[in-house]
Formats: sequence, structure tokens, C-alpha cells
Amino acid sequence: MSAILEVKGLEASYGQLQVLRGLDFEVAKGGVTALLGANGAGKTTTLRAICGMIRRKGEITFDGQRIEKLGTEDVVRLGVAHIPEGRGTFGTLTTEENLQLGAMTRPNNSDIQADIERCYGFFPRLKERRNQQAGTLSGGEQQMLAIARALMLRPKLMLLDEPSFGLAPLIVRQIFDILADVKREAGVSMLIVEQNASLALELADHAYLIETGSIVISGEAKAIREDESVRASYLGY
Amino acid sequence: MATSETYAAGAASAPKPFITAERVVYLLLFIGLVALPFFSKGFFVFQMTKLLIYAIAIIGLNLLTGINGQFSLGHGAFYAVGAYTTAIMVEMMGVNYMLTLPVAGLICFVFGFLFGLPALRLDGIYLALATFALAIAMPQFLKLSTIEHLTGGVQGVIVFSETFDPEVPFGLPLDPGVWTYLFTLFVGVFLFWLARNIVASRTGRAMMAIRDNPIAARSMGVNIALYKTLAFGLSALFTGVAGALSAIAVKFVAPDSFTFALSIVLLVGLVVGGVGWLPGALIGAAFIVFVPNFAEEISKGLSGAVFGFFLILVIYLAPQGAGGLLRAGVGRVKRLLGGR
Amino acid sequence: MDLFLQQIVSGFATGGIYACMALSVVMIYQAIHHLNFAQGEMATFSTFIAWQLLAWGLPYFAVIPLAIGLSFIGGFIVERVVFKPIENAPVLSHIVIFIALFAIFNSAMGFIWDFSIKPVPSAFGEGPLYEGSLLSKHQTGMISVTMFVLVLLWAFFRFTRVGLAMRAAAANPQSARLVGIRVSFMTALGWGMASAIGAVAGILIAPVVFLEPNMMLSILLYGFAGAVLGGLTSPLGAVIGGFIVGIVENLAGTYIPVVGGELKLPIALFLIVVVLVVKPEGLLGRRVVQRV
Repeated sequence: MSAILEVKGLEASYGQLQVLRGLDFEVAKGGVTALLGANGAGKTTTLRAICGMIRRKGEITFDGQRIEKLGTEDVVRLGVAHIPEGRGTFGTLTTEENLQLGAMTRPNNSDIQADIERCYGFFPRLKERRNQQAGTLSGGEQQMLAIARALMLRPKLMLLDEPSFGLAPLIVRQIFDILADVKREAGVSMLIVEQNASLALELADHAYLIETGSIVISGEAKAIREDESVRASYLGY
Repeated sequence: MATSETYAAGAASAPKPFITAERVVYLLLFIGLVALPFFSKGFFVFQMTKLLIYAIAIIGLNLLTGINGQFSLGHGAFYAVGAYTTAIMVEMMGVNYMLTLPVAGLICFVFGFLFGLPALRLDGIYLALATFALAIAMPQFLKLSTIEHLTGGVQGVIVFSETFDPEVPFGLPLDPGVWTYLFTLFVGVFLFWLARNIVASRTGRAMMAIRDNPIAARSMGVNIALYKTLAFGLSALFTGVAGALSAIAVKFVAPDSFTFALSIVLLVGLVVGGVGWLPGALIGAAFIVFVPNFAEEISKGLSGAVFGFFLILVIYLAPQGAGGLLRAGVGRVKRLLGGR
Repeated sequence: MDLFLQQIVSGFATGGIYACMALSVVMIYQAIHHLNFAQGEMATFSTFIAWQLLAWGLPYFAVIPLAIGLSFIGGFIVERVVFKPIENAPVLSHIVIFIALFAIFNSAMGFIWDFSIKPVPSAFGEGPLYEGSLLSKHQTGMISVTMFVLVLLWAFFRFTRVGLAMRAAAANPQSARLVGIRVSFMTALGWGMASAIGAVAGILIAPVVFLEPNMMLSILLYGFAGAVLGGLTSPLGAVIGGFIVGIVENLAGTYIPVVGGELKLPIALFLIVVVLVVKPEGLLGRRVVQRV
């Protein structure tokens, strides 16, 4: 399987503090790759570096094109949908307007409305809330909205930052089930960052483990899930 | 506005030797300023007097913006109140001009403190707006007909008839213009000393703590409302005394001398001198006194544009003002010396 | 009673001016969460351009779109050239830049067109709307145009993609970038629009107050008062606020003895301070509800 995203020697820092120290990894086309690790390991920073929200060094190749020098808007326009930590919904706009915004980079006359309906198919809850201000949605609904908005881009790659964060277990379950559906039906490649490793490994095909800005382990998700020593020393479950 | 390097809140001060480079610089500067009028012409002395007056007003504004982190586009209003207080006291009540300064300062302190109360609830741009409105509205207050017998309405007040220049004390053989200059200088030095002490005091530290992190300051038990209004009052006091001095020096107050343009000029002086760096007031004041002349020379009629252009340059190239440039310069010299 | 009614109507008419200016203020606020203190000078500059085109003999119907278009481009360019490089600088730097722009525009106008007062003919003609009408033709025209601009803006933000993108960019720039919106371009667009609305305001106001470089200073203050009163986030609120300010100003001028004609500007100061302290979000402004 060819890679949709290839990262080589990725470095990034906040001021003096170097957070990423030369990461190498790739995301397979149509597959789900998980990035695991403890708090402060650099997972979120990796996602932010890929889509140009912070300054970065190294080689990032997306769909055969080098993107490490592009700004966020341009990376997004190539088909990378980033669902940030804290979801990044537009609180003052309605649910439907949020979805329309997701398709902002697509030509106007394309079937945006049909896609919105498709998103409502994945997330019926959002349909009920279509004219409500996004800021008044519950945390779980906002996470659904963030994922739906990302799908509106018709992305080739989705970057998911802690989709389970701050949500009740039941809601988390729901969201991961939907992500599995999305993977199956839409064929979108995903790079997912999670602290809840067991959930992420269920969804993922491949996984990397980072520790203080470097990759320490990489392998098949299934293999990692079944490796007692890795589980005990890194994943803690 | 990273002013923390200039005056860090709560920085511990080690005992210093009596003679420091800073003190030598101040002493030389003071001697130079005292000697200046004896080597220059009347008009230049008058300009230097204006410079010192503006510098005092800018120190006042700096206490508010640089030390406490609040904005004001309306300090011209406090300047006006100070000027009118002195003009009315001298002209209508026959009070000695020297005695009017503390009164002007006190009235402005109260005025500033009161304005600071509603300002408490305003942050950043909103405070700028409220003070902007104050500056624009001020001339109309001064023209009000019900107080015309005091303020002279649109005409304003001419302070001291032509034969009555500020009285030179002890019969010193000084030109009145030179005496006005020296008097302003002494008041200025005293106020500068006062401002430095305020900044170094508990009160000053509390004000800086509020500027840097209001939430942390509150959790440390700093009374935010008190210190913010106090900063407003003190700032108005300094600016008001400057206004009072201007009434003595210019011998004339009128509503149209205290328009929005005056508030702008003070803000410009603050930014050019360096926000948060008190001695910058002198440099900022020099900028607002001399650059308009210079701009006039570059292009008559377009001097405002030249002035604005300079201002943009300052923001782009030296956002920390002269203070920032000086620090960078001193740092470079030190590194050069150290790197031998 | 007649006097009262007349004062309300004429307050409404002046309110139209403030409403228009307040709209322009809200546009900038939406784009950069700032009040542009040079907005009045920029609007006056636009008016001078219109005046100049009229003086060259162009007919009104050609002058208006031309002046508005040029102002849009001008506002856009000012943002790109002057404001963009310091986008992320502290608030004080922004305020200083506005002040600098204020000085530059004011001085440039005085230089090009001098400080003498210039009468500007109304596009709507002279005299009352009809025999015995309280409103003149110009006042009626002014109020209608303000309303028209408001509806246009509302439709633009509500129904167009660019409008939606601008709202998104203002609400949450970070997320806006993540859906591929060019936020900085949207900001420039906001400046252009604000400047175009300012041009409309200036052209409407000039026949009433006469054109000179300082024409807008006090009007801008009323515009701010209107915008703050109505809520800085709401175009509709700004227009309502502008009208209220106009009416209050007129009634206070007529019925409160001391205020008379003398303290009209302090009324604006008073309104601004009271609204900001008591109800900072204004009449129609939005408090953002955020649940996590």
C-alpha cells in the first residue's frame, strides 16, 4: 500500500523548547494510523506541524507533494482536514453554517447540500441541532460536528487530535464506531492522536509510539495491541 | 509591550554602590539641562520648557500605560484641567503661581480617580474608546456658558497681564523665560524622582503585577480596583501638573489648545520614548516638540503626514521606542566588551 | 407636542448619519476586533474624492459608485500595507497605527484640498420631501440609503459564502484557517467594506455639515456611541444605536437647559461610558455562549 503522507526528520519547537526531534513516519492510503504516547510527548505538536500551524523543519510529503513550506490554508486546500484539540467549532455560528464552512474550499456549485445530508446520516443528532448555535451543543455533539465538518472538505487525510478528550465513555464509543464507519464507507485516510490507546489501536491499522519527540516503537496496530511488554511499559493498560 | 525587562514586578534589588553609571548619566544630564538656557536664545528656551512640560505629562501617561497596562487617548483632558486650575487661580483669585501646582495636581488626581472608577470595567480598546470620547468632549466642557465667568468661554483665560511674568524669587537676576524654564526643570526633576519611587514601591509593584497578570495579582491579594483607580489618579496628577506648568509658561489657556490632538501628541511621546521606561519621556517629548518643525521643513502642509509616517516607522522598527533601542544598544556594547 | 415630534424626527434624520458611521465601525470591529480611530478621516477622504469628481463635472450617479469603489480599494490597500505587518502586535501598537493614519489622512486632505469649508450638493435634491413634510428630501434619502446598506450587509453575511467565511474568520481565526479560509484576506476585505460604507456615510453627511478635513471627528464619536449602544457585534444594533443617539442628542439639546447646544459631544461620552459599564455587549450584541 502506498503512503498518502510521508514524514521525514520532522522537527519543531516552541521558542527555545524543542518538542519534535526528527520524527519519521507515514500514513498509508486508505488506512488509519495512530500516534500514541504520554502527555507532552509531542503528539499534538506533530499534527500542528503537518498542517502548518507552527513552524517546522524536515520533509513532509502529502499525496506526492512537498508541503512543509505551505501555510495552513494551503495545506487544507490540498485535502488535509485537521480536527484540532478542543474541536475548534465556530461557537457563534449554527451547526449547519459550521458544516458549510467545512466545504469552503470546494467550488460553490458542487453537491455541498448533498454532503451535508450525508453527514447528517452519520450523525443524526446534528440534524436535530442544525439551526442551533454550535456553542450551545454538548461536548459530544461538538466533537461530532468537528468530524462532520472535516468530512465536508472531502479530505484525503484526516488528522484527529484526541477525539475522546473530555467525553463520557458511552459517547466516546459512539464516536469511534462512527469513525470506523467513515473509514469503511468514505475511504478516508486518518492519522489519529489518542491517549486512550486501546480505543485507537482498535481503529488503527498501524501505530507509532512517541516519547519526548522521537518515535520509539512502530508496528502493526494488532501486534502492538498484543505485545504485553509494550502495553505495560508505554500504554499503561 | 514586553516592558517586564524595564521594570520587572517584584524584582529583588541588591544593595548598589553609591556611584553607578546610571547616576552619573543623570547628573550630567541635569547639569546640562540647568546650564542650557544660559547658552541659548529665548525661543529655544521656550521650546525646551515645553519639552520638559510634555515630558512630565508623558511620565504621567507612562505610569498608567507602561506600569499599570491601561490605555488612554484622553490625557489631554487632564492636562487641560491642570492648566485651567492654575489659570483661574492666578488670574481670578490672585494666588501665587507656585502654590497652584499642588492644587492642580490634587484636582486632577481626584478627577482621574473618578474617571478611573468606570474605567475599571473597561479593558484595552474599550478604555481607549472611553478616553477618546473624553478627549473629544473636553473642549465643549471648557466652553460651557454656565462657567464662562471662570473659564472665559471660547476666548479662554489670558494668564498674567503683560507686565506680570512669573515672578523670579529672591530677586535673582534671571530672565523670566529662563526662570520659567528652570522652575519647570526643578518641578520635573522632583516629579521624576517621585515617579521612580512610586514604581519601586509596594504600590508600583502591585500596579505592575496587575499589568502582567491580573488574575495572579488578585489571588495574591492585590486590590485590583484600588490600584487601577489609583494609577489613573496618579497618572492624571502628573499630567495635570504638566498642564498647570503649561499655563504658566504659555500664559494663555483656551479650549482649542486642548483638543484631541493634544492627547494624540502625548500618546505619541509615550510610544516614541518607550512604554514602561520613565526616562524615555524626555526623548518622547523631544520628538513631539522638534519633529513637527522638522516635518514642516520636509514638506509644508504635509507635516501631519510626515509625523504619522514617523510614527508608523517607530512601530515597525522600534516597537519598544527609544528605551528599547537603548537597551538593545547597551546590550550589544556589553556583549562586544565581554566578547574580547 | 409639535416641537417634541419635530425634534424626534430631526433626531431620527441626524441619527441616520450616525447609523451609517456606526455600521462602518462595526464592520471593522468584526474584521479585527478593534475600533479604527482613523475611520472618520478615511471617510472624509472618500468624501473629498467624491467632491473632486463632482467638481470635475462627473454626474452624481457616476460619482457615487466610483467613490465607493475607490474607497473599498483604498481600505483594502491600507490594511495590506500598514496594518498587516503588525497584525499580531500588542493593542497599543494598533492604536498608535490608527492615530498615525489619522494624522496622515487629515494632513493629506488639508494639503490637497485645503481647510476651507466646501458645500456639497445633495444627490436627492433640496427642500422638503413634500409640502409641509418634517423631513427634507435629503434626510429621507439619507435614512433610506442607511436602511438599504443595512439590508445589503445582512444579506451579504447571511446568504453569501464570502460573508460566511468573513464571519468565521472573525469568530475563530484558527479554525477558519483549518477549513481553508484565507483569514488575512478576509480582514483586508473587512477594511475595504468598512471604508466603502464610510464613503457612503461621508457622502450622505457632507451636504448637511459641509465638507472640510475635520468634518468627521465628532461624527465618528457619535458613530462609536451608536455602535457601542447597539452592540459592536451587530450591524442591526449599530443602526438602531445610531438612530437612538441622534434622537437622544436632539431631545437633550432641546429639553435639558444646560446641555442645550453646548454639551452635545459630552452626551456621546456619557452614553459610551454608561453603556460600556452597564451593558458592555450593547442592546443587540451577542454574548458568546460556550459550553465545553
